[in-house]
Amino acid sequence: MATRIDVNGLTAYYGKFKAVADVNLTIEPKNVTAFIGPSGCGKSTVLRTLNRMHEVLPNARVEGEVLLDGEDLYGPGMDPVNVRRTVGMVFQRPNPFPTMSIRENVIAGLKLNGVRNKALLDERVEESLRGANLWEEVKDRLNRPGAGLSGGQQQRLCIARAIAVEPQVLLMDEPCSALDPISTLAIEDLITKLKSSFTIVIVTHNMQQASRVSDSTAFFSLEKTGDPGRLVEFDKTSKIFSNPTEKRTEDYVSGRFG
Amino acid sequence: MTTEPDSSADDAGPRGTASATDPTPAQLVTTSKAKIGAADLIFKNLTRTAGIGLLVLIAAIALFLVLRATDALSANTGNFFGTQEWFPNQTPPKFGVAATLFGTIVTAAIAMIIAVPVAVGIALFITVYAPRQLASVLGYVVDLLAAVPSVVYGLWGLIVLAPHMKGTQLWLNDVLGWIPLFSADAVGRSFLVAGVVLAIMILPIVAALSREVFLQVPNAHREAALALGATRWEMIRTAVLPYGRPGVISASMLGLGRAMGETIAVALVLPASFKISVHWLEPAGNTIAANVANGWGEANEIGRGALIASGLVLFIVTMVVNMIARAIVARRRDFSGSSA
Repeated sequence: MATRIDVNGLTAYYGKFKAVADVNLTIEPKNVTAFIGPSGCGKSTVLRTLNRMHEVLPNARVEGEVLLDGEDLYGPGMDPVNVRRTVGMVFQRPNPFPTMSIRENVIAGLKLNGVRNKALLDERVEESLRGANLWEEVKDRLNRPGAGLSGGQQQRLCIARAIAVEPQVLLMDEPCSALDPISTLAIEDLITKLKSSFTIVIVTHNMQQASRVSDSTAFFSLEKTGDPGRLVEFDKTSKIFSNPTEKRTEDYVSGRFG
Repeated sequence: MTTEPDSSADDAGPRGTASATDPTPAQLVTTSKAKIGAADLIFKNLTRTAGIGLLVLIAAIALFLVLRATDALSANTGNFFGTQEWFPNQTPPKFGVAATLFGTIVTAAIAMIIAVPVAVGIALFITVYAPRQLASVLGYVVDLLAAVPSVVYGLWGLIVLAPHMKGTQLWLNDVLGWIPLFSADAVGRSFLVAGVVLAIMILPIVAALSREVFLQVPNAHREAALALGATRWEMIRTAVLPYGRPGVISASMLGLGRAMGETIAVALVLPASFKISVHWLEPAGNTIAANVANGWGEANEIGRGALIASGLVLFIVTMVVNMIARAIVARRRDFSGSSA
């Protein structure tokens, strides 16, 4: 059920500002693809175009195409709501719904899809929480508020919430940047595990993380502030970190720049 | 509440090491203890005085009401809570709050039923749906409604609304007349008209506060809902309304307080009859506040005491309603979002 993504000539704007220009890349199914690059290079923007969350911001728009197994997400008649049910997302800050219990958080997406069968929901709660390596920690307090968990647990709860709707692709926007090293490790283990079922795209500022968890890496950069970000190099992670083609990539991954 | 503050320590990577060399807050306090201590002390006493002063004020109001009411209550030959008539100025005096309390609750309830959904709708439209420019214009217009003096609302209700609502009231009587509330021998300056006037008066306060509450909903929660494949309405239901619920309840309580206490507008609209009427389209009824405004001028000593006693009842009812609302809000405090 994992899906291949082709990005063709993608340019994203915030109003008149061109944030990222002319991105072309192919994300392989059941792979982890990391987006790295300095702040403002547009990597998060590109990530958000992959499930049409970019256009949620006022005046934000996209040119080019994003093909999900050949089907253009931006094609006519494509409902962003359906796109987002296929392409799930985990955010930088853990954002469980504060008014909901742990259980309600996990099934929030299923409820939106109209699933009402209690037995099925219970099954999916356990399945998703197990999938997010959280079940053992929370199984006795499923009716407690999700916001009462630690930051790392909250982020895994958000992952459980995202995978509960069985998406094909999972987008992660710096999922560990608000977490301590131990929680980060837990999430990284989880990413490696989830790879067997989902196509995963992760934005990260942490190059060790990119090299640890990803199969392919895309390096984005920008010439100077105000210029649009561009995809500099996209290749196997091992190649990007050991023997990149572009000088700028080498400077960045070796810590000489950014 | 039990959340560790780690989510706020987001980009603490490099800063975390730097802070080891920074002076800790404890050191800061000791270096300039005298100065901060004095400012702290002044501020502490200022806030404490304000807090205690408020409690004293409320107690003093209650005490004043009780003291001024006792003579009238002891002279009363009727049952204060059971009697509908209001003849405190005759000898022997006979009066009770049954009718006016009933009218107060009914008009306020009608106002709430109409105003709260409309106000929440306006607030949602302004915060979620409307384009930015329209939203600010609309917000301004709503605030403007709050600036209209209540006597103007009262006159408008009496002269414009009451005649214009005649058709509506007759229609309601036609369609829903089988329900006693909507059956009427004649329609006119009724509880319904008063309720509509009150609804318009409390609309801006409920809408403005709800709007502020909805604006507080963190973008992260809206995006979380959208990323799960929520439509705009589903996003409102999943993220905005639950988060804003305590605030909307508080806003509604402020509106309810105003509706129950509103004096002049109701005094102008209702015909001031002292009768519990379950026919809400008929010209009948009175409220406690309106009765005070209408009756104070001609009241003798006992009559004024009686009016003050009715004021005490209104005071207590308002307090009880507020406490209930607070209890509702507190019931799900763990889930309120304050811990996020």
